[in-house]
Amino acid sequence: MRDLFRIYPVEARLSVVLFLMILGLSLATDTFLTLGNITSLLNNNAVNLIWAVGLLVVLIAGGIDISFAVAASVVQYVAAQIFMGIGGGSWAIGFLVAAALGIGLGMVNALLIHGFRVISIVITIATFNAFFGLLMFFTKGRNIYNLPDWWTDRIFIFERQAPDGSWSELNLSVAVMIACVLATWALIRLTTLGRQLYAFGDNPEGARRSGVNIWQMQIVAFGWCGMMAGIGGLMQVNIAQEIVPNALYGRELDVLAAVVLGGARLGGGRGTVVGCVLGVMFVAITQNGLNLLGISPFAFQMIIGATILVAISSSNLSFKLWNRSRDTEARLKENTT
Amino acid sequence: MSLRERIHAVAGAETLPLLIFLGIVFLAFSLATPLFLTGANLRSMAFQMPVLGLLTLAMLVPILSGGLNLAIIYQANISGLALAWTLIQFGGPDAGIGAFILGVTLAVLAGALSGAVMGAVVAYVGAHPILVSLAMMIFLRGLGEFLTRGGDISGFPEFVNILGHGSIAGIPVPMIIFILAAIVWHIMLKRTRHGFSVYMVGSNIKASEYSGIHTRKTLVTIYAISGVICAIAGIVMAARFNSVRVGHGEALLLVTVLACFLGGIDPFGGFGRVLPVAVALIILQALSSGLNLIGANQHLSTAVWGLFLIGVMALRWVGLRWRSRQRKGT
Amino acid sequence: MTTVSDTAHALRLRSVSKTFGGVKALQSVDFEVRAGEVHCLAGENGCGKSTLIKIVTGVYTPDAGGEIELFGERVGTTSPTKARALGIAVIWQDLALFPHMTVAENIAFDEMVGVAPRLAFGGRYKGRVRKVLDRLNVSLDLDTRLGDLPIAQRQVVAIARALMGDARLVFMDEPTASLTQSETDALLKVVRTLSAQGVAVVFVSHRLAEVIDISERVTVLRDGKLVGVYPTDGMTQYRLGELMTGAQLENVVRAQDRSTALPVLEVKALSRHDEFKDIDLIIRQGEVLGLTGLIGAGRSELAHALIGMNAPDKGEIRLGGSPIRLRSIRDAIARGVAYVSEDRLSLGLIQPQSIADNTVISVLDRILGAFGLISPARQSRLVRHWIEELAVKIGKPDDAVSTLSGGNQQRVVLAKWLATEPRLLILDSPTVGVDVGARAGIFRIVRRLADEGLAILLISDEVSEVMFNADRVLHMADGKIVGEYDPHATSVQDLEALIYA
Repeated sequence: MRDLFRIYPVEARLSVVLFLMILGLSLATDTFLTLGNITSLLNNNAVNLIWAVGLLVVLIAGGIDISFAVAASVVQYVAAQIFMGIGGGSWAIGFLVAAALGIGLGMVNALLIHGFRVISIVITIATFNAFFGLLMFFTKGRNIYNLPDWWTDRIFIFERQAPDGSWSELNLSVAVMIACVLATWALIRLTTLGRQLYAFGDNPEGARRSGVNIWQMQIVAFGWCGMMAGIGGLMQVNIAQEIVPNALYGRELDVLAAVVLGGARLGGGRGTVVGCVLGVMFVAITQNGLNLLGISPFAFQMIIGATILVAISSSNLSFKLWNRSRDTEARLKENTT
Repeated sequence: MSLRERIHAVAGAETLPLLIFLGIVFLAFSLATPLFLTGANLRSMAFQMPVLGLLTLAMLVPILSGGLNLAIIYQANISGLALAWTLIQFGGPDAGIGAFILGVTLAVLAGALSGAVMGAVVAYVGAHPILVSLAMMIFLRGLGEFLTRGGDISGFPEFVNILGHGSIAGIPVPMIIFILAAIVWHIMLKRTRHGFSVYMVGSNIKASEYSGIHTRKTLVTIYAISGVICAIAGIVMAARFNSVRVGHGEALLLVTVLACFLGGIDPFGGFGRVLPVAVALIILQALSSGLNLIGANQHLSTAVWGLFLIGVMALRWVGLRWRSRQRKGT
Repeated sequence: MTTVSDTAHALRLRSVSKTFGGVKALQSVDFEVRAGEVHCLAGENGCGKSTLIKIVTGVYTPDAGGEIELFGERVGTTSPTKARALGIAVIWQDLALFPHMTVAENIAFDEMVGVAPRLAFGGRYKGRVRKVLDRLNVSLDLDTRLGDLPIAQRQVVAIARALMGDARLVFMDEPTASLTQSETDALLKVVRTLSAQGVAVVFVSHRLAEVIDISERVTVLRDGKLVGVYPTDGMTQYRLGELMTGAQLENVVRAQDRSTALPVLEVKALSRHDEFKDIDLIIRQGEVLGLTGLIGAGRSELAHALIGMNAPDKGEIRLGGSPIRLRSIRDAIARGVAYVSEDRLSLGLIQPQSIADNTVISVLDRILGAFGLISPARQSRLVRHWIEELAVKIGKPDDAVSTLSGGNQQRVVLAKWLATEPRLLILDSPTVGVDVGARAGIFRIVRRLADEGLAILLISDEVSEVMFNADRVLHMADGKIVGEYDPHATSVQDLEALIYA
């Protein structure tokens, strides 16, 4: 237990806070710890979690991706065109198409970052504008309702009726989310690639001298993030039942805040899937709790923002490390130019 | 000293290529449409650019110090809200100049305070500026939505209109405000102790502390001043839209970062100047206005901005390789 | 262990050259390392040591015409992965380790690279990691994050990592630069263990005493050319220094009696928990007070208290007769105390910024002109003055300070602090990373400043440095001052014996 706090201080602390919150909300309200509430919490946050684990991989590798949320919108739109073109499709084709498109967009980022030796924040802000502008240009900002049935039909992986007649259910996105979370965990914890990603984010020059293929690292990190963006986009349509081109605009920063809150280090080398899940759930449960406590929805964001500010101010969340992280990035820049 | 070296010394090495780009963009649009190089279009460009320009100045100094301020849009709107609220308290359209001055004071205070809080967390806790400003962004956006219930606040006295739509000697008032702010920013960065400290802190904060720079004060000041210029941007926005709304200008947040990078600000901090960023802003505005005139969808300009930044990065990379090859050859 | 005859060679280079865009970094150099030997590679900065290491490890390709023989086999081109497969490992000065990864992950890292992606479970390699650490006779907690370990243990991790790949030839680039003496001793013991197991070690170090102590032979390079190969038996530090610089070194005790001058700094019973205790000292006008002792004895901590970076718990500091309490380094500057940090790269100078800005950073008040704005004319006048005064060799004042050599960088640091017109100058290891030849120049400046009346505290772990340049020498150990010596009345050897005892 003490080891846990030593090796994963942020994750351990966050889980204690989360546990206390859950405990408090369970006592303060009789609606929080119900099957219905828990399932809807999971349903509502599945897509965010899919994106979060994708972004986590990029953060571990020392980069940042601002473009993933609009990339998800681009994937939705292009996928819809493809499905219309092939006259329908199915879930299997859907996953393949969404993942492939997402990987393709992630590759664009990786290619530009590695090709021109520019840090990721510059490139992904550029592609963020390019993706979004082109998407709005081609869709003219119009929503798409005409979607294949398989895509918009609700699929429940779990259903149960409570004695009072209300239904609680988990939809497909939760299953997909669990698969994505496990796959990401396996990638970063169980494979040689994962070890290399951590090392590359931690000390890029050291990794390069050890023979790590930098180009491969960028491809894996941004490709994975793009794939998650695509799959998340696919599931978001399943929930929303329509494609709104600018619906996901702005989500990137909320997801980023949650992931960093969960212990992923801006600058690379540190971050866990567990922390990532905790970070997203922390924001989700705060919002859910405020809702159940009957607080005005207009105040939610304000309280969440203040909570994060207090959280970073009261803990030494990122210590004095941001200078060091910049040193390593600077070293990377020196050595790759 | 050759002419090129002299321009580099005064304006920074980034300015000349950007001016050439600017010339190309102007030439291309002038050829494409007779409407581009007209007084009316240039005037409308001069009315539109300052809001983005002022917000970019708010982003510029945090980036120079090695950080980022993602809260600028909502700092601007909360400040605008402070002004609007004051004006409404004093009778809305009938409010006097005294109420306006009070409102502006409150707006600037709101901007400075929110900035100083971020600066203090960055300086004294050592948290990453991206995370701190992100949290502040979420907080201020929520605060704004809470106060306005997501709606607009409007009904300002007639004279506020001048700030957004008036001209003095043919020059739009917002443009005058931006030019003044840019000059102040240039002097602040290049000629004051604070500006000197910004560059040093951006390069190596610990060595700066060891050399006698008050790094914590510098960081708090950086974000407080960033908040002040946000407040000015918020006031101009309120005057231009004739209303205040939390979501005004949301799309500009990452464009300001883009403009800074385009203007050659080092994303790691420590290096960059105001003038090339101003030129970059004119290029962005010209691209947007020009595309609008030739009848393109307004969103196309967002895409072109992004592609333009990628293009400039690519050219800088080519230039760098060319120069290092030349050096090796000698 | 494989048994090897005395003459078997781990590495043989014959007339290897390397040219960078017209500059000859190495000129037909011969270099031999016997199997199981500890061999030292010595020379000043820029003599070609690191170029040589990078050629052997495949980072650079040598010019055509040379020959490289590894373990008796001619090799053509090498790459980092190929070199590793052949049993060559480098322990870089900055270690190339991963601070946020665990000890085990760091040691086993090379197994993750250069292969097709596959599964890598933690448990699979932990056993072998333990075996390697046993072989080195050290125990480390495998799950600790590397960043939480002291530098000395990170060195051990780096060595273990090299052994994980069954290295037979290990290059160590300045491995002891930031170690305390006892840590250095422990490291040297590990090096001897390696050598006894048949692993050849090439040792690069600035500390000449250590070089002579650990290695059997030393190869000296100067300006990219081979000076010679010498057995270390009978070699002296002095002679080695001469071989490296190609110049006569002047080692003269210059101590003078300043006991009648007015005291500038008086410290009484100064203590800070866990760092130093009951420190009493006086530095007078024009006096250079040497402070030596092992790293970790509390010397730098004492300096930090004298400049307001850390507040002492107890005791008194008087400057020019009046008691002072410093809250920050800005207070110290205002009172006339200047501090040259031991870490020039990350604390002493802001490397990417210009020479001019680095010079004026601590005296911004003095370059203000009209309206309280910085006056470029005043700035360049001040910069020009100090560049001439300290004879700094620069291109343009606007060049980044990182473009200068170590010695010239140190002169910029001195310029920065002298511009504050201090009464007391604290020099913390002022010759770290400065070539032997350039050190004399730095100390000539120090002596001149003292003659002009400046009080100077010279901190160094190189005993000869304080003996030849200070007027009095204090010996610090375990946070206390344990002795005071007159350089005229003791010898370097006697004092070294006392300190390392």
